[in-house]
Amino acid sequence: MVHVPIPTAEHPPAPAPSPRGRRWTPYMLLTPGMLWLAVFFGLPLVFVFLTSLYVPAPSGLAGEYVPAMRWANYSEAFVEYLPQFGRSFLYAGIATVLAFLIAYPLAYAIAFKTGRWRNLLLILVVAPFFTSFLLRTMAWRQILADEGFVVPVLKALNILPEGMALTASPVAVVAGLTYNFLPFMTLPLYASIERIDPRLLEAGADLYGNSFTVLRKVTLPLSLPGIVSGTLLTFIPAAGDYINAQLLGNRSTTVLGQVIDSRFFRIVDYPAASALSFILMITILVLVLVYIRRAGTEDLV
Amino acid sequence: MSLHTLRRWLGANALRIYAVIAFAYIFLPVAYVTVFSFNNGGRSNIVWRGFTLDNWADPCGAPEVCTALGNSLKIGVISTVLATVLGTMIAFALTRHRFRGRTATNLLIFLPMATPEVVLAAALLTLFLNLGVPRGFWTIVIAHVMFSISFVVVAVKARIATLDPRLEQAAMDLYATELETFRRVTFPLVAPGIAGAALLAFSLSFDDFIITNFNSGAVNTFPKFVYVSAARGIPAQAYVIGAAMFFMAMIIVAVGEVLRARRVPRG
Repeated sequence: MVHVPIPTAEHPPAPAPSPRGRRWTPYMLLTPGMLWLAVFFGLPLVFVFLTSLYVPAPSGLAGEYVPAMRWANYSEAFVEYLPQFGRSFLYAGIATVLAFLIAYPLAYAIAFKTGRWRNLLLILVVAPFFTSFLLRTMAWRQILADEGFVVPVLKALNILPEGMALTASPVAVVAGLTYNFLPFMTLPLYASIERIDPRLLEAGADLYGNSFTVLRKVTLPLSLPGIVSGTLLTFIPAAGDYINAQLLGNRSTTVLGQVIDSRFFRIVDYPAASALSFILMITILVLVLVYIRRAGTEDLV
Repeated sequence: MSLHTLRRWLGANALRIYAVIAFAYIFLPVAYVTVFSFNNGGRSNIVWRGFTLDNWADPCGAPEVCTALGNSLKIGVISTVLATVLGTMIAFALTRHRFRGRTATNLLIFLPMATPEVVLAAALLTLFLNLGVPRGFWTIVIAHVMFSISFVVVAVKARIATLDPRLEQAAMDLYATELETFRRVTFPLVAPGIAGAALLAFSLSFDDFIITNFNSGAVNTFPKFVYVSAARGIPAQAYVIGAAMFFMAMIIVAVGEVLRARRVPRG
């Protein structure tokens, strides 16, 4: 009898060997899409790197640059915009932690406490995505505004001192980031919590672990893959986002994305904007690699 | 109910209560957008000034709203079709074939997802600037296809991975050719995954602001319209469109769920 392994998400079936004469099929399937990515993702990275080293044209016209290899563009841009750079990562980091704290119990509740409503609730987690990202952010701006309903309540309860506002503050920016990227955290967390065998949790309780010990020793380690992908999927877009800082922040919450935008379109300083983009990309790539390695070597297994 | 039983009930249902609060938080802005789409607020829709159906009766009433919406829908449809076709082909190549360069392929698909939008936007803009390509409708389509392909590949691959290879083997055993097997067995089984990927690609395209803003030139899209009017007040008609998109998406998802439930009998 032939044993046929049943494929699951973790164990996809081995690719079926291509029959003779079909050796070119995979390349025909791959070429159009990979060409698109090579030309409109790969090539632009080369161009953004080249442009980051350009110098102003001898004509002196604004927006005119000629190819050069001026590495000082990097150090100048980095030093000048260090605060914005730091803020981008700080806000993204705090928002990622907050999103994790909100999403983990939610994902756990959906996985273990909601029975047949599970699929519906999962859809509801992503549902707000179907209204525009910008409209949702604007909605928060107005909900948190002085004339909204949150501020008067907080002031009546003496939680918020008179004269303090919630909008146009770092708090509002972080709150907006947390809200907007919450589904990116919730879905991967759910996917890995859902796979945990509830009997393992029972076993933990039987062995006199209290609920906190079971969470720390059993649930969290078993959901680590979800934690890793959830935090990455939240942190990466949050670090590059500037809509929240623009709509919910003030002049002292400027992040790197806003600088890149204004360098391109208002000041037409393409080399500095390109250098900042390149620094942002490399920093995030390095952070991601370090993070994956740490999570992989110390806690995974 | 005594205090003791109340506390026990709270303890047993803490997570469920938490989930209810979390969902209230998740839906608060959606509720706000929906409520304010009925606001008689005029040009700036900030303070509640009374209920009206006028905005829903005439969503194109505010200048530019429907031009921007039309562009977003056109760009969304074109880029969704292209990204879904290209991404699905890649997904089949990756799951059903052996070939050299698999690692490089996977890397080129993973990287756009691990790159912040503003970097994708800036990089593409420098390409167009250097080559002297004027930005407009088609540069937006190019950008949207680029960032959607990877998500389509991931979604379709996940669906293919859940297929039972015995179904395809059975078809082959019954003397179906490779093409027939694909057309009559494999493709129909993968189709829901492709549909889900297309829905994802469309919502990514429709909602995108940063990459569009960098590469659109003078062409207006719906998110661009909202962003620009944020300074002087967003007209209620924009809220109508936001709310309508939400409810339409919910209907599509609900219909999809019903169809799935019918097709796959329980048990």
